[in-house]
Amino acid sequence: MTLDLPVILLFIVGAFVYSLIPSQWRGWLILIISVIGVYVFQPFLPIRFSDFILPTLTLTLVLAGWWFSRPKTDSVTWDDKAALAVIGALIIGLALMRLVDEAWRITPSRPPDPLMVVAALLVAGVLIVGGRRLLPVGALILLIVAIFVLWRTNPLAAAISGAWRGATGQDVTLASMRDLNWLGFSYIAFRLIHTLRDRQSGILPALGLREYASYVLFFPAFVAGPIDRAERFITDYRALPHMRGLDPQRFSDGLARIAMGLLKKFVIADSLALTVSLNPTIADQITSLPGLALFLYGYALRLFFDFSGYSDIAIGIGILFGIRLPENFNRPYLKTNLTAFWQSWHATLSAWARAYVFSPLSRAMIKRKWHPVLNVLIAQLATMIVIGLWHGIELHFIVWGVWHGFGLFVHKQWSDRTRSWYRSLAAKPAHKRAWTAVSWFITFHYVVLGWVWFVLPFSQGVRLLIGGGS
Amino acid sequence: MTWGKLIRIAVKTLILFTLCNLVYALANPLDTLGRVSVYNTLVPGRLRLPYSENAPIAHNLSLSTIPAMFAAHELSRPKAADEFRVIIVGDSMAWGWLVEADQTFAAQLEALGYSSAGGRRVVVYNLGYPGLAVAKDLLMLYEGLRYQPDAILWLVTAQSLPATQQVELPIVQSNRRLVAEATAQIASVTTDDLTSSIDLNDPRFIQSASLVDMSIVGQRREIADWLRLQLHGLAWAATDIDQALPEEITLRQSDFEADYSWFGHTQEETLDDLAFDVLQAGIRWTADIPFLIVNEPIYISSGQNSDIRYNSFYPRWAYDQYRELLSAVLQGQNYLDLWDLIPPDEFTDTPVHLTPEGTRLLAERIGAELESMGVVRR
Repeated sequence: MTLDLPVILLFIVGAFVYSLIPSQWRGWLILIISVIGVYVFQPFLPIRFSDFILPTLTLTLVLAGWWFSRPKTDSVTWDDKAALAVIGALIIGLALMRLVDEAWRITPSRPPDPLMVVAALLVAGVLIVGGRRLLPVGALILLIVAIFVLWRTNPLAAAISGAWRGATGQDVTLASMRDLNWLGFSYIAFRLIHTLRDRQSGILPALGLREYASYVLFFPAFVAGPIDRAERFITDYRALPHMRGLDPQRFSDGLARIAMGLLKKFVIADSLALTVSLNPTIADQITSLPGLALFLYGYALRLFFDFSGYSDIAIGIGILFGIRLPENFNRPYLKTNLTAFWQSWHATLSAWARAYVFSPLSRAMIKRKWHPVLNVLIAQLATMIVIGLWHGIELHFIVWGVWHGFGLFVHKQWSDRTRSWYRSLAAKPAHKRAWTAVSWFITFHYVVLGWVWFVLPFSQGVRLLIGGGS
Repeated sequence: MTWGKLIRIAVKTLILFTLCNLVYALANPLDTLGRVSVYNTLVPGRLRLPYSENAPIAHNLSLSTIPAMFAAHELSRPKAADEFRVIIVGDSMAWGWLVEADQTFAAQLEALGYSSAGGRRVVVYNLGYPGLAVAKDLLMLYEGLRYQPDAILWLVTAQSLPATQQVELPIVQSNRRLVAEATAQIASVTTDDLTSSIDLNDPRFIQSASLVDMSIVGQRREIADWLRLQLHGLAWAATDIDQALPEEITLRQSDFEADYSWFGHTQEETLDDLAFDVLQAGIRWTADIPFLIVNEPIYISSGQNSDIRYNSFYPRWAYDQYRELLSAVLQGQNYLDLWDLIPPDEFTDTPVHLTPEGTRLLAERIGAELESMGVVRR
């Protein structure tokens, strides 16, 4: 199951019910829906029990993230214990679906033996508590990064799939990366790393388990973001008991946003995806430059409408439930430079990368007194390569990262050197308009050409761009 | 924002939405909308009717709005003064299953470079459409007649003729109104009654009688298909691809079970339920246009039980009887029986689909027949 039309409708109806329940239970209900959502959204996987184990691993990592990101001196409150009990009960309750008929099951397939699940949770609890005593916060960050690398690197993921298949007595020859379609992990990894790094920096606010788990797993943003920040999320979350129940403004805002998202995602993006959107099969069919342009523009528009439509839906559902998720897109294809593009395209990811890759790296290089130009080049490249690798550990994503890192570097050098000239354009509106048009044209087409590296394997992308489609 | 205002907005939205749907349902603009097309204006017309089982990589799709299908076809461009239009109706063989658009029967016939008896340039239009039913062919012929054809070729095979199959295809089921129009027009021109072969009360027809069925909501699939057909037009123009050809073709079956049955008939039965009346009606209906009916070539196997069956479609007894009946029914008409024209190696995945070379042989033979009829000349 994914965030499709019936599920969106269910959430809309659910939002009305949610508005009518006693206000102090709203936060709890968000936690409960979010935990169940981790299992319900998970697609069916061919390896036995893996589509139950991976969501459970998600929840285990969330518990570990909370335990590692809270100050050791803080005591565990009754609210934390209750949240732990609710999460544990939900996991066991979902495991008990093993005993019910398939028609009533909300998990993607038959769960494993509930007793095994309980035993695994106890072992995980011991490891988390023991690990926190012995290991620094950074160890958990390294573990999350290591899991990410194993999961997103094709041969490694295939090897894990093969070993897992072997352990369950399934056909090892069918092992593939697709066996480990672990829904939501990309996004929760970013949220977990954010909280852990902010704990290391001492800027993370104190969060109870209920708040922490609700933040990391918040169901509208679980599948495809936006990537909120904990301190921002928690402001809305803590205000939920004071939120007006059936607030017409909230419903109006939320429903309008969902409607916009539905139009973008299900009408425009899906039509483009089925017709004029570049993909590896079509890339081999293109025989002319206009053909290449058509499919590239088609892909660029499809990607925007798909992703921003999805963000609109997530933001809209969030509004209905009283949480205003951050904006992710702000007319990115109309921007007149690459820096502005990245501040408005998947902005929450860009902001995350700026906070946890670019800034620390820049600071480290400044400390070592590296040449400022070299600092910027390395920091931009590293940041964009990380964003590229987040989509998958493959050469073409690295190239895509380098493409944008280099583009951002060039723009920075250009704007540093032309700032006074650009200011002088204010007195010449016609010149300024012309320059704005040229800037937009260059920026847009740089981004659009960059999608070649994003969507195609590297060698195919080279062939297509060098051949110009012929 | 108050609940009152929100409810007023919701009510107004609902009223507007209902009104739009109502006006749409009453205007029933799908056929008119279908004739609006980027084809033959922004992009070239398609060489064959839209059809695909893999739309995203074939840059083509199957839809049920026949006017939209024809608007996307090169046939809908204005007829040139020096043009002699030949239209071809038939099944997937005529459409060109597993062959490129420029290697279909129509394309290869046109490539022979004929001119009409009056010296006009012969342009051949492929109105073949996958699916075996002459009722479907009749629909395409009905729509095709709007485009001033000068000659008509109808490629048939026995599999298209059982009366039970006439309303089996989705394209026929979705177009009851057009079928009714076509049969009524035939009845008015020829007094032929086709109800024994095409029963308009057949429950397999999709009845779109209610307002909801005719509304935007009810026809959202058709509207989306029309829109996507236009977008696919851009992709088709950019790639010249309109069919996803597999890298390897699984060849038609050569060995068979000792099975004598054919559409519920067993050996020695008389085939009394074939829709020959549809063929005859088509000929009489277009009496002033040169018309040639061709019995398509079939694959003749020499494998196991080939003494019982010609191929996976036909037991020998049924096919032989069909040929006898067809030639009797069409006696005195322009009829060409090419059942054994093509060597077995020139068939692809079914007993009727041809390779480009097989298609060329067929085109040459039919071209020669049109020459002998005096319709075309070199």
